[in-house]
Amino acid sequence: MSEIHRRGLLGAVAAAPLAGALPYRPARAQAANTIRIGLLTDFSGPFRDLNGPNSIAATRLAIQEFGNRGFNVEMVQADHQNRPDVGVNIARQWFDRDNVDMVLNLAASSVALAVSELARERNKVAIATSTATSDLTGRACNANTIHWVYDTYMLAKVSGLATVRAGGQSWFFITADYAFGHALERDTANFVRQAGGRVLGQVRHPFPGTTDFSSFIVQAQASRAQVIGLANAGADTINSIKQIGEFGVTRRGVRVASLLLFITDVHALGLQTAQGLVCANTYYWDLNDRTRRVAQRVLQLSGADMPVAMSHAGDYSATLHYLKAVADMGVAAAKASGRDVVARMKRMPTSDDAFGEGTIREDGRKMHPAYLCEVKRPEESRGRFDYYKVLQTVSAEEAFRPLSEGACPMVRS
Amino acid sequence: MAAPGGFSGTDYKQEDAVLFGFTRTQLIAFLAMVAFIAISPFFLYPVFLMKVLCFALFACAFNLLIGYVGLLSFGHAAYFGMGGYLAGHAAKVWGLPPELAILIGGATGAALGVVIGAIAIRRQGIYFAMITLAFAQMVYFFCLQAEFTGGEDGIQAIPRGVLFGVFDLRSDMTMYWVVAIVFLAGFLLIHRIIHSPFGMVLKSIRENEPRATSLGYRTDDYKLVAFVLSAALSGVAGGTKAIVFGIATLTDVFWTMSGEVVLMSLVGGLGTIFGPVMGAAVIITMQNYLAEFGAWVTVIQGVIFVLCVLAFRRGIVGEIGNWLRVRL
Repeated sequence: MSEIHRRGLLGAVAAAPLAGALPYRPARAQAANTIRIGLLTDFSGPFRDLNGPNSIAATRLAIQEFGNRGFNVEMVQADHQNRPDVGVNIARQWFDRDNVDMVLNLAASSVALAVSELARERNKVAIATSTATSDLTGRACNANTIHWVYDTYMLAKVSGLATVRAGGQSWFFITADYAFGHALERDTANFVRQAGGRVLGQVRHPFPGTTDFSSFIVQAQASRAQVIGLANAGADTINSIKQIGEFGVTRRGVRVASLLLFITDVHALGLQTAQGLVCANTYYWDLNDRTRRVAQRVLQLSGADMPVAMSHAGDYSATLHYLKAVADMGVAAAKASGRDVVARMKRMPTSDDAFGEGTIREDGRKMHPAYLCEVKRPEESRGRFDYYKVLQTVSAEEAFRPLSEGACPMVRS
Repeated sequence: MAAPGGFSGTDYKQEDAVLFGFTRTQLIAFLAMVAFIAISPFFLYPVFLMKVLCFALFACAFNLLIGYVGLLSFGHAAYFGMGGYLAGHAAKVWGLPPELAILIGGATGAALGVVIGAIAIRRQGIYFAMITLAFAQMVYFFCLQAEFTGGEDGIQAIPRGVLFGVFDLRSDMTMYWVVAIVFLAGFLLIHRIIHSPFGMVLKSIRENEPRATSLGYRTDDYKLVAFVLSAALSGVAGGTKAIVFGIATLTDVFWTMSGEVVLMSLVGGLGTIFGPVMGAAVIITMQNYLAEFGAWVTVIQGVIFVLCVLAFRRGIVGEIGNWLRVRL
């Protein structure tokens, strides 16, 4: 390559950050009458399907349906790449310079906890719709944060309790060997025992990087448990499910309860592999006419070939309720204090097509019923994304952690 | 291993040091950098700039090893991340002021550097890189399992605290000046190390280790000291970052962070003092400002890396230096 050519490239690379910096001038014009929502999530990593394009569409849908009630609503979005420092930096910039009033979705727990803390500091609103950690309404709760959709407590309880009720009495756990896996296993095992079931044993697999689950699956089968509980996440869950499918475990009448499985994972795995799995959800698109309508409109907007998951429904529902609260209290007051908006959101009952009627609890927990679903066999599935049968419905009060057990400092008073 | 900084084909101008070991061009570049650091917070976002400075210090520390001793460490995330964890733990749980927390971060990096370095420097080239990577993975697993690191949630809500009991760091601007001073101190220290007699020995080891040995230098000792210095400065960078952002998480100890610092040094220019600073600025700016393009961030990063290796192997600063025929 010639010298001049190389220098051209060099110049282009050197100029790139300058060009990138230009659009980020602080937006001050007409800001007073505009509510800005920042969708901060994973657009490129392991949680892309669970959030990504459908999350953008769901948030847009809520903004569209809300219409213009005397103020403008704008949306910005960014990819935090599942890195807390990137996420916090973006959220800071949004709050400090770009007039963003509410950040939505957040996904990965480490990012959500950090951004929630930042929202408290800057008196803005953070709504986590795709975050698992129940600490967000527990010891890390604050008056600027609401946790929508699900949390680890709910997943463990619904999977444990409802599966025992549905006939799965004896359990064996395959657990990822780190804090998250241990906690999930411990919680679920407690709920299993509470519901009258038995835990026959457990095996821990190294995290991350385990790709061969066969010895763990053989141990689980040898225990003759009726239910194998998978207390792992992400790639580990996918790999273990695939191998369980290869072993034909579920076809022999053993239930496999994945404690952290989303409909987007089922879509990726295919029904042939995923059939017979049970998992907890708070939204399934095919529950009723209202949920079907939300799913259909989200897919129209996103054009993605990806089922609408509970996290997407959460983005829709949370945005709608947030905007209702803003309209109720006035834009000026809403922009002045995120804490007041959250307080108003807690006072107003929630109502939308995705989750039906619900409330937001004092500790920031959004309350709605949960469902234990079973993945259909390929021959049972009638159409696109027809993946689940609902086995059990669990009321919000039963599904989520009681207010008194969360150790949220706001509740003590 | 081939000397990464030694592109001996370039016919550099002979320049004498005019001030503090800087040549005239370097002094101009240094003053330009200081001027930029001083005025940039008034038109760029200070928290973003603080991140750039933390990573710039990290990349400079890394460059001390690869650029001047010729050792490619692939485990620098361990010192950076662990420094962040302990600094965060010190500030949050022990309630120490930020200056001590950052020093603890540096001490953590140094301590890890002594242990890992003492073993790793016995091997060269790819084996050295693999040993450092293996140790970094051990540190990663330790952080994943240990109680105090908070597992995959990390340490959250680390207070910025009050520096020397006088300066309240909750203000972004105050924090910025502190980070700028930490960075400049680290930068000047590295510059001083490179231009000291000790640094000359390091460079001779890079160029030809057997010859340095034959001249009577215990090269292992020199390499170990350089390794520990690099690790300690990485720890300082990690600790500062933890204090700035109020979080310390697994991202910073993961091996991709070790890769990223290699990328920063390569893009900026290996074996140049200003290169890593430029590289860190470019990479962090991309991560930050391209965030809205989603998946494209990693693609663009990859393309730039390939372009760099194919078209200008000296890196941005290295190419500029080559073009002007001066050492930067």
